[in-house]
Amino acid sequence: MANSASGPRTLFQKIWDNHVVHAEEGRQTILYVDLQLVHEVTSAQAFEGLRLAGRSVRRAERTIATADHNVPTTDRNLPILDLVSKKQIDTLRDNCKEFGIKHYDLNDPNQGIVHVIGPELGYTQPGMTIVCGDSHTSTHGAFGALAFGIGTSEVEHVLATQTLLQSLPKTLELQVNGQLHNGVTAKDLVLYLIGQITTDGGTGYCIEYTGETIRSLSMENRMTVCNMTIEGGARAGMIAPDETTYEYLRGRQFVPNDFDAAVERWKQLPGDQDATYDKSLSYNAADIAPQVTWGTNPGLVAPVNGNVPKPSDFADPTDQKTAAGALDYMGLQGGEPICDLKIDRVFIGSCTNGRIEDLREAAKAAEGKKVSDHVSAMVVPGSGQVKLQAEAEGLDRIFKEAGFEWREAGCSMCLAMNPDKLAPGERCASTSNRNFEGRQGKGGRTHLVSPAMAAAAAVAGHFVDIREWK
Amino acid sequence: MKSFTTHTGLVVAMDRANIDTDQIIPKQFLKRIERTGFGEFLFWDWSQLDDGSPNPDFELNRPEAADASILLARRNFGCGSSREHAPWALEDYGFRVIIAPSFADIFYNNCFKNSMLPIRLSEETVEELFSRAAKHPGYQLTADLNSCTLSDDHGFSTPIEVDAFRRQNLLKGLDDIGLTLEHEKEITAYEAAHGITAS
Ligand code: SF4
Repeated sequence: MANSASGPRTLFQKIWDNHVVHAEEGRQTILYVDLQLVHEVTSAQAFEGLRLAGRSVRRAERTIATADHNVPTTDRNLPILDLVSKKQIDTLRDNCKEFGIKHYDLNDPNQGIVHVIGPELGYTQPGMTIVCGDSHTSTHGAFGALAFGIGTSEVEHVLATQTLLQSLPKTLELQVNGQLHNGVTAKDLVLYLIGQITTDGGTGYCIEYTGETIRSLSMENRMTVCNMTIEGGARAGMIAPDETTYEYLRGRQFVPNDFDAAVERWKQLPGDQDATYDKSLSYNAADIAPQVTWGTNPGLVAPVNGNVPKPSDFADPTDQKTAAGALDYMGLQGGEPICDLKIDRVFIGSCTNGRIEDLREAAKAAEGKKVSDHVSAMVVPGSGQVKLQAEAEGLDRIFKEAGFEWREAGCSMCLAMNPDKLAPGERCASTSNRNFEGRQGKGGRTHLVSPAMAAAAAVAGHFVDIREWK
Repeated sequence: MKSFTTHTGLVVAMDRANIDTDQIIPKQFLKRIERTGFGEFLFWDWSQLDDGSPNPDFELNRPEAADASILLARRNFGCGSSREHAPWALEDYGFRVIIAPSFADIFYNNCFKNSMLPIRLSEETVEELFSRAAKHPGYQLTADLNSCTLSDDHGFSTPIEVDAFRRQNLLKGLDDIGLTLEHEKEITAYEAAHGITAS
């Protein structure tokens, strides 16, 4: 299918239709890209490809770049010791200069994780198509944009043509109604949803999150939900824009000059009354407890007041094998109460949970307390702006007094490409999005949790049910 | 881009689900700015013991897997990161075909950009191939993109489904960017209609 149907349309269909440059039976559609975000790890080969083919960047002003994955989170005034990382960061700077692309360099106050700075600076807007050579580009869908991760060949394609070849995905509605329990956050909500649909349940779909629970979430919480969409296999997740969206964007640096006119346009985006999805599933917020992953993919998750499952708890033989392998890697037997799991490290940050509201929640749980003797804990703000804001609110002081390290912005131990990493066998409560084997360091054991749960675990030395934390 | 028409090769079976791109090529190798030379780092953490010596139990390290060019795995292959370094590493190592019941979208797409053919088959058919690979030493398969079939020398044959557009591009080794630029007028018209001009 090259075109979506006429008649009532979903949010996704409207954005898709608005961006079709060329559609033809039996071909992928050429879709216009409004904004491309670029970082150091997945772009060097794309720029090199342009140079080799003698091509230029079609719309340099529609791309912004920053270095985040590789960057040290310690003192920025010191030289970068890892020379290979340094070369990659330097290469991004040189490429941006050569091709005329706006670049937020290491010492820019707006530097940060690409998915944090895009929204923060107002680049991310409703109705846009947004791509980046990074799977967590789904984050930007929180604004009612169609945003997804692409490979480096596609980064080059977008640089050269400002378009992308795409096949029409199916649409999946995940509706959540009811009120979340106190202490249950957007992170718990999305981990729960991934646990329900499993890590490949969204493959081939674009997800739209709907329902009163989703509507009641703040913008930053919506970003947490959309961020983790890819962990359920769907490349894109979106939430229709509403007053919450417009209020978040108002006054940000790169929003349209005539903001009110833009809002009027954005108001046309939410799905029509009778629009239907290829598939719809609904959930009750009241069923959701704080979540902790126990395995080596984000779908292997349990309520904090539950136990680690055993392979025999799964019916399917492939699932049993996956669970057995995961338990072995995680140093677990199966059957342990989650709250009994002792931890060695805590990481608070990432594009999932490195924004100001996340840090406020974590600081609230840590205030006036001390990090357990056997735990080392770090807080890494998602951007330079988040860091400044947190310092203005005194959150850094709360963290430091409790014994957390307070770092510079970057991806840090979310993927441990810089010097921040786990040692083999170390168990970590992490607010990031992936618990794959070796993700935070070879042999490291990652449990994904919300910011408050991570902070409380740092203090207690083991997981605790945040609903009972005083 | 290299073309892909038909390929016959040795099959290596990896009986694992959810093989993620962090396993295929761990992050420490993503710092390089080249597009080639990733093959030696493929499945780095699985392929080595803690002392850095090769892990004899790892599927690709077994002597009978040397020269394998077709990878058989379980569901959700290539999940996780969008890193194209994953298909670069597989291709550089020598793989041309990957067979699984399902693939993560970005990885699947990235394969086509690197002249590799990802083949989606039902769980049952994949199971059948696992048992055939176990039964026949030196098990080989042929993937034929002209006829869209996958077959072996022991009577197995199944049709394979490939999106028509991607199939054409792969058969002819066409460059996506070049193809899209044939529509440059339409891109310009789109920009004009939407008030998009250079700032
Ligand atoms: S914080 Fe983690 S998930 Fe997010 S962009 Fe950085 S490495 Fe990727």
